[in-house]
Amino acid sequence: MSTQTEFSFDVAVIGAGPAGLAAAVAAAERGAKVVVLDAGTQPGGQFWRHRPESVIPEPDGHGHHGWKTYLDLRARFDAAASRGMLRYLPNTQVWMTECEDAGRFVLRLTPATGTALEAATVRATKLVSCTGGYDRQLPLPGWELPGVMAAGGIQAFIKANGTLPGRRFVVAGTGPFLLPVAANIAEAGGKVVAVCESASLANWLPHLGAASGVPGKALEGAEYAGVFAKHRIRYRTRTVVTEVLGETSANSVRIAKVDADGAVIAGTEQLLEDVDVVGFGWGFTPQIELAVALGAETRIDADGSLVCVVDDRQASNVPGLYLAGEVTGVGGAVLAVAEGLVAGAAAATGEQPTAGTARQIQRHRKFAGAMHQAHPVPEKWDDLLTDDTLVCRCEEVSHGEVVHARDALGATDARTMKSFTRTGMGWCQGKVCGFAVSCLSTKGNDDAGAEQASLAAFAKRPVAAPLTLGEISALDSRQPQDS
Amino acid sequence: MSTTPQRITVTLNATEIRADAGQSVGAVLMGQGIKAWRTTRNEGKPRGLFCGIGACYDCLITIDGQPNQRACMVEARDSMNIEGDFDA
Ligand SMILES: Cc1cc2nc3c(=O)[nH]c(=O)nc-3n(C[C@H](O)[C@H](O)[C@H](O)COP(=O)(O)OP(=O)(O)OC[C@H]3O[C@@H](n4cnc5c(N)ncnc54)[C@H](O)[C@@H]3O)c2cc1C
Ligand code: FES
Repeated sequence: MSTQTEFSFDVAVIGAGPAGLAAAVAAAERGAKVVVLDAGTQPGGQFWRHRPESVIPEPDGHGHHGWKTYLDLRARFDAAASRGMLRYLPNTQVWMTECEDAGRFVLRLTPATGTALEAATVRATKLVSCTGGYDRQLPLPGWELPGVMAAGGIQAFIKANGTLPGRRFVVAGTGPFLLPVAANIAEAGGKVVAVCESASLANWLPHLGAASGVPGKALEGAEYAGVFAKHRIRYRTRTVVTEVLGETSANSVRIAKVDADGAVIAGTEQLLEDVDVVGFGWGFTPQIELAVALGAETRIDADGSLVCVVDDRQASNVPGLYLAGEVTGVGGAVLAVAEGLVAGAAAATGEQPTAGTARQIQRHRKFAGAMHQAHPVPEKWDDLLTDDTLVCRCEEVSHGEVVHARDALGATDARTMKSFTRTGMGWCQGKVCGFAVSCLSTKGNDDAGAEQASLAAFAKRPVAAPLTLGEISALDSRQPQDS
Repeated sequence: MSTTPQRITVTLNATEIRADAGQSVGAVLMGQGIKAWRTTRNEGKPRGLFCGIGACYDCLITIDGQPNQRACMVEARDSMNIEGDFDA
């Protein structure tokens, strides 16, 4: 086979999570030649992350929801690969996407780990980007101590390694996602000292209609309630962690009750000692920089995240670019699969979703909207920060420096803040601090557009992953794979 | 079929240890009670796993002579040489 046919495809899918797997399968089963690029070493993404398949015993789906769906998609994925319709490139990170004159997409690739890479560039007529997201974080005193992790990071650790990253855990933040994290810790033999949910569950009352549209979620909730009872896990609502304490790593946390705005109620503070892992999750941040770089239109979702706008076929405003999963709004794996199936089919043949699929997607989006409204980031989250609390972990920029730049130097948007303080200029390129820096920069500004512009400034990362200078210098001289 | 995970040997800062195959480098270190393996450029503060999925770059480490590898992303392999700012 010549390199021309080898690295030129009808449809490229970025991500092999629930959305990407579904999109790849749907496109390949309609006769498209598909390439799937994923930074991970095996399919599954975040939701179906599992132990390396090179190691026995084989994963049996324990601790996973929807494992049957995974096995079904995976079988179809593998079948398409063996028919020669699907090329899967794992451990491959897309660091740049461009659109060529003929409207074809060019994807520049780098190894996620090590140095081995099958192709440096692939080209495709249609692109389906399913890059998912990561835990949204808020800074607070002590969050840089080792032992503090993203809640999803703890979940990923357990699923991928079959072990725990510590002994005694506190899980805090907001949203139903804290429940599976705590349940998995307990089932794996860890002690969950407390789960701190900043919201009040009464927030759900106005949304019971949307919740009843997705009964599976209620069943899942009941399952977690059972695990919590069995392991005597304290689920505290309207409670936040105000500080993580420790010298070289976390050893205790201070918690407190908060009011509806997230302000600490005096006299309710409590010290939880002998805690070696603290997991924080404030919802998820969709990873949309590849789509944004191509010109995809964005909006602010109900959870305050910047997400991409799509139509009922998951098509973006950029011709040929389809998006599915968390990048169109955080809504869970079932929704991600449904969107992926629609996007893959549309990319391959232009077809419309069936009425049933469209309804299913609408129900799940409604549920997600209710979830976001019931579990907001507390209005006054930044009350907890002191002058020397780190806001940007990579460049070690403190809250005091950020406030000074805003109030004294006029850095009232995230981009100016970036150039004045170096927030978001380090290794992670603002993935971790972007939301917080954006909120802090625009604080006091009532213009609704300011927040979106500020978040969009952080989502603009022409280079989506750190590269070696060699890779950049090779760009101009590198022969395109198909010339 | 055996359900015992295969065992591998890796070197942590010149100390050989045994670990289960299929774990990430981050998990192998945590399994040894090592929570931090790099220090920050400005303030020299310890860092280890944070996001756990390759997004934050807090967990950077040198693997087989290659610096700046993400410990949460790399699967530990037999004979791997792992070097960082920690006491093994
Ligand atoms: C750490 C973590 C753990 C989670 N665990 C759960 C859980 O237990 N239960 C639950 O209900 N929800 C969980 N979620 C939420 C869950 O991610 C979503 O509901 C679901 O996985 C979304 O599917 P997706 O396909 O949109 O994205 P993902 O599953 O996130 O898949 C995205 C894929 O894209 C790849 N990717 C991203 N960028 C690039 C790039 N530039 N180049 C190449 N590949 C790339 C990633 O490696 C990943 O494999 C978790 C989220 C996170 C961040
Ligand atoms: S822990 Fe965030 S990149 Fe490894």
